[in-house]
Amino acid sequence: MTAPAQPSPAFEYAPAPESRSIVDIAPSYGLFVDGEFVDGTGEAMKTVNPATEEVLSEVAVGTEADVDRAVKAARRAFTRTWGPMRPADRGKYLFRIARLLQERAREFAVLETLDNGKPIRESRDVDVPLAAAHFLYHAGWADKLDWAGLGPGPRPLGVAGQVIPWNFPLLMLAWKIAPALATGNTVVLKPAETTPLTALLFAEVCRQADLPAGVVNVVTGAGETGRAVVEHADVDKVAFTGSTEVGRSIARAVAGTRKKLTLELGGKAANIVFDDAPVDQAVEGIVQGIFFNQGHVCCAGSRLLVQENVHDEVIARLQRRIGTLRLGDPLDKNTDIGAINSAEQLARIRELSEIGEAEGAQRWQPACALPDRGFWFPPTVFTEVSPAHRIARDEVFGPVLSVLTFRTPDEAVAKANNTTYGLSAGIWTEKGSRILAITDRLRAGVVWANTFNKFDPTSPFGGYKQSGYGREGGRQGLAAYLTGADSK
Amino acid sequence: MSDRLAVRKTYKLYVNGAFPRSESGRTYEVTDTRGHFLANAARASRKDARDAVVAARAAFGKWSGATAYNRGQVLYRVAEVMEGRHVQFCDEVAAGEGLSSSRARAAVDAAIDRWVWYAGWTDKLAAVLGGANPIAGPYFGFSTPEPTGVVAVLAPQRSSLLGLVSVLAPVLACGNTAVVVTSGARPLPAVTLGEVLATSDVPGGVVNLLTGDAAELGPWLAEHDDVDAIDLTGAPAGRAMELERLAAGSIKRVVRPPSEEPDWTADPGTSRLTPFLETKSVWHPIGL
Repeated sequence: MTAPAQPSPAFEYAPAPESRSIVDIAPSYGLFVDGEFVDGTGEAMKTVNPATEEVLSEVAVGTEADVDRAVKAARRAFTRTWGPMRPADRGKYLFRIARLLQERAREFAVLETLDNGKPIRESRDVDVPLAAAHFLYHAGWADKLDWAGLGPGPRPLGVAGQVIPWNFPLLMLAWKIAPALATGNTVVLKPAETTPLTALLFAEVCRQADLPAGVVNVVTGAGETGRAVVEHADVDKVAFTGSTEVGRSIARAVAGTRKKLTLELGGKAANIVFDDAPVDQAVEGIVQGIFFNQGHVCCAGSRLLVQENVHDEVIARLQRRIGTLRLGDPLDKNTDIGAINSAEQLARIRELSEIGEAEGAQRWQPACALPDRGFWFPPTVFTEVSPAHRIARDEVFGPVLSVLTFRTPDEAVAKANNTTYGLSAGIWTEKGSRILAITDRLRAGVVWANTFNKFDPTSPFGGYKQSGYGREGGRQGLAAYLTGADSK
Repeated sequence: MSDRLAVRKTYKLYVNGAFPRSESGRTYEVTDTRGHFLANAARASRKDARDAVVAARAAFGKWSGATAYNRGQVLYRVAEVMEGRHVQFCDEVAAGEGLSSSRARAAVDAAIDRWVWYAGWTDKLAAVLGGANPIAGPYFGFSTPEPTGVVAVLAPQRSSLLGLVSVLAPVLACGNTAVVVTSGARPLPAVTLGEVLATSDVPGGVVNLLTGDAAELGPWLAEHDDVDAIDLTGAPAGRAMELERLAAGSIKRVVRPPSEEPDWTADPGTSRLTPFLETKSVWHPIGL
């Protein structure tokens, strides 16, 4: 069967914007330290809506002195309240937080979309529900840590310094804070420079939950603030999600200290499509793999490895499907592709795409009108990509798919593993034994078979090789925040 | 005592299943704790270390791909052959560590028993450390531990056999391959262990043993891009921070050295297995 070569026109939909009136954004925010919002000692920074470039608010930039205050508050809380607290009560606080997130879910979703640029469909259906799920899941662990497989009586580490990225601001906060608190640690969290607002709203949730002061501290800022958190001498644990380059510098910074480190870094996942895969499902998976969250996903399926004999058919159907994606107002409930998070990220995506063309790959983009204001990049497919091309090796972190081909399963595995990263991979085939054989040989921390970009708090997530170490989620994720005979 | 003149052993490196001298031609004198000459050991060079990493990488696919049942039997076979070399190990440990014969015997006994303990772990790891994930949706998901890859091990400086076995056996039980820098001053039991490994169905390249100076070899291994993890247990005093920094270049998993060499007779739990394992989570939809 041959697929229609021409893209089908998208249906015309009337605008269906989610109301932003549910959110009150203050003109300025301080830092959340020791249970209160306080002024930072540094200059403020502006956070903008990347879809419109409208300034949403001014946010404090935490200095070394601010970070020090936050770490001291976290240490006090660890020593006096949170550490000595009955584990069951710690769990009940986490249950409270989860419920508050569910109650205020729409508010969080709208705010996330405003600050990040992601479609409301994703913040509403993925980011916020999963964030609540992470708190619910870890709430139950708080008084069951003896059964976590880390030996008897595992103990918290103390103060956790956590630095998170801008692609899933609230969800990454949940991945960091929920396990830290469930295991009895206290937290100093540094949200990403361009997406601080949901973390500040989360601080309000902590107050509504009557979480003891100092258990969670939110210090906003940019790279220097993050460095101060990581390098603070009284931090016992550092958890970072972000680029491999920054991860490397953090690993150097904590070398020789007592600090326990977990890193969740970049990726360049292979999404492998065999010739027996159901093509329409595979095409949905390819789209979900690379265009979910504008491709701002460390585990994005950014390298499509398609078996040579079905290449033309898969690409034709993929292009037809991409032609129906709706790019535009992230608050519109029908939007599939929102805004690129920042001008800086847009510049990087443009640069790597230009390098892709210069190195000989073929760029394809659908006819797609981009809004006049804000940061936008259309969904992009590069064919005729060779494994040596920059767009096959570097993490683009944008809606850019590189297509390579293979003939045999061995070649697929070799090409999939031919990367310094090892975060995730995908396989599409109807043959069960092949799924298991290929899964076994892929050097990646998450393998999605006949699906892609799915997440759950019970399923540990994290990388092989230079995609980092340590896991988030599941029983395995608890080890990052505990010490005991067996928890190295 | 007979008046027969003993046939002495030449102590060499163990790399890729063979016993080469150092490519550098260097040796160094190994003495007992009273300063009496025991042997000239090979002093491994940077190139020896790199050759060892190449061998370990090449051996990784087959060793990690073997069934856990098979890997357990191969490791148990190592203990069997160690038992046959018991007297030789006792002599070498007693001379190198300055122990009485009864204490040396106890150390060798513990080393062999430790090896047996780890041999039995190979087919338990997946059940103890992995499992099914109760995902909220129509998906079947499971997580399973897999070996990290090529592990560089700076073996303990004092405990030349029990310490060595305690850091090496868990690396192998997980399915990793190893490049080991042995105790610098007490390298002889390690070379004999190499002879045991060479005759125990352990494929060549799975274990590579370098005698020499951890201060010289450590940095090359710590910054080698094809080494996935490094155990700094035997790192020279004051050098661990530098080695950990070098290891950050390729995001290696690092086991930091204890403040002083631990009592190796203590129960290790799983603390030396988990640092050299990766968790892989697999998803598949459920549907008719």
